[in-house]
Amino acid sequence: MAYAAGVDVGSTQTKAVIVNEAREIVGRALIDTGANVVVAAENAYNEALKSSGIREEEVEYVIGTGYGRYRVTFGNTQVTEISCHARGAAQMFPGTKTVLDMGGQDTKAIRVSPKGEVLDFCMNDKCAAGTGRFLGAAAAALDIPLAELGNVAMKAERPVKISTTCTVFAESEVLSWLGKGKKIEDILWGVHLSIASRSTALLRRVGIEDEITFTGGVTKNAGMIKSLEQALKTKLNVSEDSHFMGALGAALFALDHILAGRVPAEVKETA
Amino acid sequence: MTETKTEELVGRGNKEGADLFREWFDDLADHAKRGNGAAYVFVMGSMAELLHVFDFPLVLPEITSLQTAVRRVADKYLAEAEDYGYSPDICGYVKADIAVQLRGGDHPMGQIPKPAIAVMTNACNTYIKWAEIWERMYGIPLFVLDVPATRQAGGQFQPGSSDFERDRKYVEAQIRELITLCEQVTKKKFDIDRLRETLGYANEMNKGWRRVLELNKSKPSLFNAVTDGTVYLGVSNNLRGTKKGAQFFKNLVEEMEYKAAHGIGTQIEEKYRLGFVGVPCYPIFRRFSEMFTEWGGNFVHSTYLNFASGGGSMGYEYDVNRPVESLAEGFLISVREAMDNMFHQDRVVIDWVKNYDLDGVVYHPIKSCRTVSTGLADGRRAMMAATDIPSLFIESDMMDKRVVSEAQMKNRADAFFEGLASRREMAKIAQS
Repeated sequence: MAYAAGVDVGSTQTKAVIVNEAREIVGRALIDTGANVVVAAENAYNEALKSSGIREEEVEYVIGTGYGRYRVTFGNTQVTEISCHARGAAQMFPGTKTVLDMGGQDTKAIRVSPKGEVLDFCMNDKCAAGTGRFLGAAAAALDIPLAELGNVAMKAERPVKISTTCTVFAESEVLSWLGKGKKIEDILWGVHLSIASRSTALLRRVGIEDEITFTGGVTKNAGMIKSLEQALKTKLNVSEDSHFMGALGAALFALDHILAGRVPAEVKETA
Repeated sequence: MTETKTEELVGRGNKEGADLFREWFDDLADHAKRGNGAAYVFVMGSMAELLHVFDFPLVLPEITSLQTAVRRVADKYLAEAEDYGYSPDICGYVKADIAVQLRGGDHPMGQIPKPAIAVMTNACNTYIKWAEIWERMYGIPLFVLDVPATRQAGGQFQPGSSDFERDRKYVEAQIRELITLCEQVTKKKFDIDRLRETLGYANEMNKGWRRVLELNKSKPSLFNAVTDGTVYLGVSNNLRGTKKGAQFFKNLVEEMEYKAAHGIGTQIEEKYRLGFVGVPCYPIFRRFSEMFTEWGGNFVHSTYLNFASGGGSMGYEYDVNRPVESLAEGFLISVREAMDNMFHQDRVVIDWVKNYDLDGVVYHPIKSCRTVSTGLADGRRAMMAATDIPSLFIESDMMDKRVVSEAQMKNRADAFFEGLASRREMAKIAQS
């Protein structure tokens, strides 16, 4: 049995996934990236190995992805997270035609072929508006743990309109709404709607086609899923492992490499 | 192929281009020192052929500005103009030039002379507002050449029709006014024989430029249209209508024909042939190109080479027997061509896909120039609808490093090549 691994070093969190030959996830890990990217990659990989019960020698090929992909020093090669999210999404949800990946510092809209190839993609520009960081800024301004953000937001009755497109100014806008006596849930839902609107615009640039698979760290936020589904007027593919989609895609590319390198037994015999 | 010949010819264009560029700036510094006023002109229709007749030193502020970015000091110039009160959102070329003017002509490549006259077309709306700043600073005359029917995407009137002749006469009348203005500014009498001479040199230059671009259909391609091409473009602007400029392109044709005959490409192993649409990313000029060449991608053509060559038409040849009339005709055609290549670039790019055998197209909108960037999204969609070629839309700037994110750009370039590689792999599987 061959095993392959993918390590996705993101701006906020580092994810590692190990797959077997049947393309099943047999180990996974998620840790905060922190300041030392090399160590984060190593730690996530070691934790994924531990969770799978597989020894490091059994993993034949490792691919690094994410912004820190070149710092996965033990990896065999690197693939961008754009290709990896597309590949992972097509594996987990075979009907995927469009992928929306929302991470800590960027959001990507990707149009994919049935085989998981990237047909077109588009990302937010240098600014972090419309990304997980935007939610983080709002959470900090309102002093609410990030994990509770979505659930609080979904209690909104009269959402406010967040007009700023700048993450830094979003914080002051949130505070100004608080000053006007608006309820926290109404402000938060406004933040979610603002991000959903920016993400929809990004998706339109590559062309929106069902099924849409939502990936990345922000998939943990139920409010974001709901606001996106409202904006897109469709149900999104999301799973418990959506956060790991980049690492899964990297692991699948690594598995491809292993399988492509294998010479069938009958060929070996005649050689 | 002899080693001596290869050594003599290969890379000669880049070396000669760099030398001529240096010489041009030295010459400008000399004029500045002697207090000579220059003609400030622009890359989309410079009228260099006429201005040389009056011995004006030519300053192309777009080029002097972009050189501050290439030399990695643009941030200081931009900051100076912003401190003065110019908005961060306006054209970076304008702001760098304002700082040069505020510094009394101080530029990293030498002193730039003050303007004595500014000549521009309506090809770019910023040209006019930019020149108005010099008018306020120095009280110099501005001359705007109004080129009619510039935004019709190849639907403009063509030579031979009465409508074209009406437009040509309109431009000719303006040129005659410009001649009078130049006579007043320089106190020199217009010499029509010198105009015949400069038009002749411009003809040789245009002919050479067309041939060089044509030769890059070779496989492997002979030069990188973004890096090498920009060097050639510099000469085409600075020395349009001069003997040196004509000789440069004659030599360049010799180099490229030699390379084509002997299968000598650029320094990379060419895996992907790419088209480039827009203005280069000057703050990381070499690095930007490397993001593509390190994957084996070479830019074989660029719309920039068509729209920013100073007024070189891809097909027109001046008739030196009727110089002013012909200058009007050539100017009208070349400025319209520049506009088509900037605003309706989908038509030319679709043509390259076939004729230059492109694997992909890179669109590079820039934040501080809305004029060149606004229509790129439409152009890209039109190109993708007409061809089966993938494209990359990668945004940065031509001047301002604050809006150039190298890591993000590389990420996108890498993903683009991963897509190209996987597409090629799939095509192979389908054929087997």
